[in-house]
Amino acid sequence: MTRFVERHPAWALIVIIAIAVALWLIFAVWPPGIEEAIGRKRVFLNALFNGITLGGLYFLVASGFTLIFGLMRNVNLAHGSLYLFGGYVGYAVSASTGSWILAFIVAFILTALVGVLLQVLVFRRMEGQDLRQTMVTIGLSIVFADLMLWACGGDFYQIQTPTWLIGPIDLPLLTAVKSSGEPVYLRYPLVRLVIFLASVIIGIAMWLALNRTRIGMIIRAGVDDRDILAATGVRIQIVFVLVFALGAGLAGIAGVVGGTFQSLSPGEDIRFLLASLVVVIVGGMGSIPGAALGALIIGLAEQLGSVYIPTYAIVVTFLIMVLVLALRPQGLLARR
Amino acid sequence: MLKGSLGLIALSSLLLSGTAFAQEKIKVGVTATLEGTYTVLGEDGIRGFQTALNVLGKKVGDKELEFVIASTDATPDSAVRAVRKLIEQDKVQILLSPLSGDEGIAVKNFAKTHPELTFINAASGAQETTYVDPAPNFFRYNMDGAQWQVGLGKYAYDEKKYRKIATVGEDYSFIYTQVFGLVLEFCGAGGQVTNRQWVPLGTKDFASVIAALPDDVDAIYLGLGGADAVNFLNQYQQAGGKAHLMGGSIMIDQTILSSKGNAKNALVGTLAASGQADTWEDPGWQKFVKDYQDAFPPNKRFPSPSLLATNYYGSTMALILALRQVNGDLSDNQSKYKAALAKIELDAPNGKIKLDANRQAIGTNFVTEVVDDGKGALFSKVVKVIPNVNQTLGYDPAVFAKIGLPSRTVPECKKY
Repeated sequence: MTRFVERHPAWALIVIIAIAVALWLIFAVWPPGIEEAIGRKRVFLNALFNGITLGGLYFLVASGFTLIFGLMRNVNLAHGSLYLFGGYVGYAVSASTGSWILAFIVAFILTALVGVLLQVLVFRRMEGQDLRQTMVTIGLSIVFADLMLWACGGDFYQIQTPTWLIGPIDLPLLTAVKSSGEPVYLRYPLVRLVIFLASVIIGIAMWLALNRTRIGMIIRAGVDDRDILAATGVRIQIVFVLVFALGAGLAGIAGVVGGTFQSLSPGEDIRFLLASLVVVIVGGMGSIPGAALGALIIGLAEQLGSVYIPTYAIVVTFLIMVLVLALRPQGLLARR
Repeated sequence: MLKGSLGLIALSSLLLSGTAFAQEKIKVGVTATLEGTYTVLGEDGIRGFQTALNVLGKKVGDKELEFVIASTDATPDSAVRAVRKLIEQDKVQILLSPLSGDEGIAVKNFAKTHPELTFINAASGAQETTYVDPAPNFFRYNMDGAQWQVGLGKYAYDEKKYRKIATVGEDYSFIYTQVFGLVLEFCGAGGQVTNRQWVPLGTKDFASVIAALPDDVDAIYLGLGGADAVNFLNQYQQAGGKAHLMGGSIMIDQTILSSKGNAKNALVGTLAASGQADTWEDPGWQKFVKDYQDAFPPNKRFPSPSLLATNYYGSTMALILALRQVNGDLSDNQSKYKAALAKIELDAPNGKIKLDANRQAIGTNFVTEVVDDGKGALFSKVVKVIPNVNQTLGYDPAVFAKIGLPSRTVPECKKY
């Protein structure tokens, strides 16, 4: 930190000012001048929070994607199908048992199983052949999409939010002060906060598992050089299967999350595949912190964009991707 | 695209079965949005089309109709691609296409490059399609989005006493047309539309849009359809929204009213207007509902046909009845067939339909309110029926032309 300030004093100043402005925008009561220029504070705060919570969902999908890529160097373009599959499984479980938590568990286990099958039956047979793997996963994603369309139809499914999560709560953030002097606090949907917290916990757990456990050490070693790792006697195929199962399972969990605060329908698979591709390209292929940063940036860009420049909201995401590819093609937090 | 064509092969082989013996055929191409945000709408459109075939049969004189179905995703280029494929590859002679607003404008323009063929609009409802520079071989037997809103603004102002409303709509031609119809009538009656928000088609996360909704209005008008509408309602419920709602024609429709989950319950009591009403007593409508219900098992259809099913039914009806009038004669660049189409009067399930000089439907409109049938199913109940709605909405054509074409900001909120 101090070294960064010493080396780039100008940049450090800009960053500090940006953080100060952001904190002031979040915590202060806006004077009328600003409200006129950029709209009400409630709208801004909502967009900000929505961006962060949407980033949480994107992180869940993209972290599995990037983990698999980081270790096995295969771009699994059927990742979106795993997301949608997890969502449908979650819907079936929550509709039949009424339990939201159980939906997560079953969706994780079943999508992880599909992931294991994919790794054992498909990827192991064409190890090291990137192009072939990519083509096969595109083909598989089309087959999966049609199978799910056949089984579930084109209808929209929504996973029932448990009753204790429905409705908004007041956050201790002032949005305005009424003329009577009574403060107005930000009302925000509880379910989104819970989902965001869950994704933060999963993110931290993954970071801890990768950096503090033996299996994490093996995975990191595999990311660096899997041939040497295999030569040291680690049964690399089992590690591959495990990582694939975890990555797929995370996509399944994300499907349940997405089905709860958005909806599930054909086409969602492609949308989330695209989102996770953009997220990992921005953050850096193979990097978990990169996926977190990329997800946050894309989520914020989408939500702030949809409020302040609605017409071009879609473009913003891709503009960010283009900028990153032009200036730092390896991604923001890539290691090499 | 590939997904679509797989489904297409399956569908067309189904339709083709049973016509093994040689006989002269008339090939008809059909498109529907079987992919993307409007998948459910496209599927129900096809159900309406099949119901019409069940009722009317596929024979015209000694000729047999053969159908090829192609899939689109509500974008104009997907529609043109599908239509081009049907014409060039499948050699169809008549088209029943397309479903969605922007697609309609694109297909109308494309129709001009094939003046020898006949295009019958399936369900699209942008005003521009038939109002601006219409194609002589493009026929539309459903009303446009503005016609489908006739009666709504006045009813909201006079009966519900709404004075100020805000709108949220998908950012494309059909919803512009719907908001056009609403604003014209509501502001004409003396109301105010304070804010118009536009969201891209296929938006999933509406939380910020919901946060930006104004508090100081009597009602919020929703011009959304398909997955977008369901997502909006779900997140509206999670955000604790309580405002009075008003809805456009594909918002208050079985595609949304029978979606899974309980978010749709926010719609009970919502005022809307459309080219149909689920609970209309008219015997023709009731017969159509029964035909639709009998044609498909309950889990493969909606409790009652959606607007899309009705439109596809009406268009297919026009296609077959006019073809029978000329006994399947498509000679001389289909000129006899086109003349028959232009003057045919349909006894459609949702009221009588005839065409104006631009080959645009003049028909019946319905103001409705959403009710719960007591068993958890939602239906739109008729509160007002308005016959003979034309494309200029009863305005003098010269005055109507001055208003301008529907867009994000047109019309202004004033009395014209």
